Amino acid sequence: MVADTSTHTTKPSIGDYLRNNIREYGLLVALVIIMLFFQFVTSGVLFRPVNITNLVLQNSFIVIMALGMLLIIVAGHIDLSVGSIVAFVGAISAIMLVKWGLPAIVVVPACLVVGGIMGAAQGYWVAYQKIPSFIVTLAGMLVFRGMTYVVLGGRPIGPFPKDFQILSTGFVPDFLYFLNPSPEIIKNMVALVAVLALVGYAIYAGIRNRRINEQHGTENEPFVFFAVQMAVIGVVALFIGFQLSTYRGLPNVLIVMGVLIAAYTFVTTRSTIGRRVYAMGGNEKATKLSGINTERLTFYAFVNMGVLAALAGMIITARLNSATPKAGVGFELDVIAACFIGGASASGGVGKITGAVIGAFIMGVMNNGMSIMGIGIDYQQLIKGLVLLAAVFFDVYNKNKGKG
Amino acid sequence: MDNIILEMRGITKTFPGVKALDNVSFKVREGEIHALVGENGAGKSTLMKVLSGVYPAGTYEGEIHYDGEERRFSTIADSEELGIIIIHQELALVPLLSIAENIFLGNEIADKGVIHWPQTFSRTQELLKKVGLTESPATLITDIGVGKQQLVEIAKALSKKVRLLILDEPTASLNETDSDALLKLLMEFRNQGMTSIIISHKLNEIKKVADQITILRDGGTVETLDCHKEDISEDRIIKGMVGRAMEDRYPPREPKIGDTLLEVKNWNVFHQHHRDRQFLHDVSFKVRAGEVVGIAGLMGAGRTETAMSIFGKSWGHKITGEVTMRGQPVDVSTIPRAIKAGLAYVTEDRKQLGLVLINNIKENTTLANLSAVAANGVIDERQERKVAGDYRTKLRIRSHSIYQEAVNLSGGNQQKVVLSKWLFTNPEVLILDEPTRGIDIGAKYEIYTIINQLAAEGKGILMISSEMPELLGTCDRIYVMNEGRIVAELSKEEASQESIMRAIMRSGEKH
Repeated sequence: MVADTSTHTTKPSIGDYLRNNIREYGLLVALVIIMLFFQFVTSGVLFRPVNITNLVLQNSFIVIMALGMLLIIVAGHIDLSVGSIVAFVGAISAIMLVKWGLPAIVVVPACLVVGGIMGAAQGYWVAYQKIPSFIVTLAGMLVFRGMTYVVLGGRPIGPFPKDFQILSTGFVPDFLYFLNPSPEIIKNMVALVAVLALVGYAIYAGIRNRRINEQHGTENEPFVFFAVQMAVIGVVALFIGFQLSTYRGLPNVLIVMGVLIAAYTFVTTRSTIGRRVYAMGGNEKATKLSGINTERLTFYAFVNMGVLAALAGMIITARLNSATPKAGVGFELDVIAACFIGGASASGGVGKITGAVIGAFIMGVMNNGMSIMGIGIDYQQLIKGLVLLAAVFFDVYNKNKGKG
Repeated sequence: MDNIILEMRGITKTFPGVKALDNVSFKVREGEIHALVGENGAGKSTLMKVLSGVYPAGTYEGEIHYDGEERRFSTIADSEELGIIIIHQELALVPLLSIAENIFLGNEIADKGVIHWPQTFSRTQELLKKVGLTESPATLITDIGVGKQQLVEIAKALSKKVRLLILDEPTASLNETDSDALLKLLMEFRNQGMTSIIISHKLNEIKKVADQITILRDGGTVETLDCHKEDISEDRIIKGMVGRAMEDRYPPREPKIGDTLLEVKNWNVFHQHHRDRQFLHDVSFKVRAGEVVGIAGLMGAGRTETAMSIFGKSWGHKITGEVTMRGQPVDVSTIPRAIKAGLAYVTEDRKQLGLVLINNIKENTTLANLSAVAANGVIDERQERKVAGDYRTKLRIRSHSIYQEAVNLSGGNQQKVVLSKWLFTNPEVLILDEPTRGIDIGAKYEIYTIINQLAAEGKGILMISSEMPELLGTCDRIYVMNEGRIVAELSKEEASQESIMRAIMRSGEKH
């Protein structure tokens, strides 16, 4: 009850800093440990170029949906319907492409619009009629799954034209082949150059950020942490980039995913919309009384989720080269789990895009690694469940300890 | 009478980094009402938590002697067993359960887990009678007012065979009538031999009921005053609390009153939930530039509802009437429009309605006017930091930086953050709803100073408060509300506690 109101200027020690930010570093460390663990137990299969490519292809849609889900969870809601939206959008994309023969350039935007409408249909009940999102999206999950069966008539549709498939199985062509120093090892120069440029930019931006902070007297993280973090991320990125460049280069999906991650990170950390979503999740009434249209914000969070789920739905359908009524079953749980592993709070107002992405990768690497090891789906589920519980327990434990 | 029922000796309690209690000693005589006063953060609640076993023996230093023996409580149940019952400021009742269920929650009259309802109800009825309630035991808590809820808490304490009743700010959210009833009940219990400890900020009430007053300051005991030996004035108590004589509780101000800013005419509002009941009747008032206008009234008079219905129709329905700003009609039908019209509303309930507690000072400060620190929807961090930093300095918000979360600030500093938020929207008229509730005396003075500064800058202030001395000390003009109507308008000269109460009583007879 004694609130510390004195102005103290003591600089926190490195130990304090680590303790206060243990969540963020812990997540990164956990991902690295999990990767190294599977690299070891699969005798190096995990980091083979072809497997890294597979990892990206298999998990891209979870990451993409986690971006939208994070906003929903931060806003204080949940969306259980995304798996069903994936299936329905997959089904209508198949009908449009295969049965009606429409070109992909028309089908892709049309499907995104359909996803948005499905999100809006749910957002309306949540935002304006104040029905709990759990119930609305549970209904949505059933309704959309039912609609998928209806439009598909219970039978899968496929295969798809090539121009639609490049969405999920295509690679960025090697237009920088002339720079390649050793074509025997490196098969795709673009991948290498892109990763080098990205790591270079990350280091540059990080240093610039620190300088700006210094100028404004804002606390920086200790330099050691900054350096180690940059080194780890840099090495991992370069290694993965190199491995990809020795295979087929950058998958198109990776580019889509990268752009979306960057965009959503920007929106959540720098934009007024992002700030308002966090405020609304933290205290909806206070936010509303501050003149913010919380209903509209909630509504658009669901529209956004619908659009991202539609995108994910098309990627999955294209990858499987067939639309089936059972597509996307249980995806909502993987997506929600990724957000919670990434540190989002179930009561709203807390969570980061980077956390959700790392959470999605932790899930993805575990799925992939355990499959390579030949662990059955039964034990995979069991282990994933325990990891989710452990991650959230870690959060709660830290929070309580912080209270003293 | 001189039998000591409780003695706490040399209690020291440390939290990481903070010494909340430092060698506190404190004696309570059997059958008395002992008041515990001190500013927020002085250690009153911590001391009571040590006593009741919320902080178990071993986590503090010092001794507790109760009923002639040294006691070491490790849970609340241990202290309750000996009849020490604490009623916290935030009532611990379950709103959707009945009175009877609440009273016996955790202590059910049951046989092998099966509740004996007839006995539960008859026991409840007896207890309710003791505290002067006539409600049926089956009434839901949510259907009775705060005052009666407080009495239910006391009935619950009685059900546990209480010998030492501890009340933490029992009247903080009660109106005058309910407070009086509660205090009368305490005095009745005293006559029956029960001992009570009462924590309160309302010094006039303490003066009325206390036999002894112990003053805490900064985690230490300052003194214990015996009300029967000498006549203790409020100023005397305040002197002990703040460590110096408070010459003036209200900073002086030279009012410079200008043109009419906000004017509300014939404001009629129906109840938010009971939609056929008219709640506000023909409310009309005005606020001029540089003027501090008060609205006095009992709880439920319709003051908060008036403010909220004007501020973007956030309360009520079928709202009719006219709002003008500088003589021009303005649209206040949504909150963004009300803000645009130049209104700001600082809510009564800081934590629930005023702040996003898990966000930091900076984020709370800019929330209501985020677009002013953003271009094309992108927040300019540098400008935002500057704005928050400026308000932090200007309003003297005590925190280690603008990155401190609102939840970790004291009540006074939280209120300053809410004020920052609204000042940043650059309003012409600020509606302040109970701006100093739950804030200690020093911080109150600072809030009054801010109010004076704003008035000096030419803003209009409409202040709703249940503390009449506060209104009398700060306002240039006071409207009195009762039962949804403005029943009197008093100038600074006419206004007094008596004239306000008289206006309320007279209007009560009329309707």
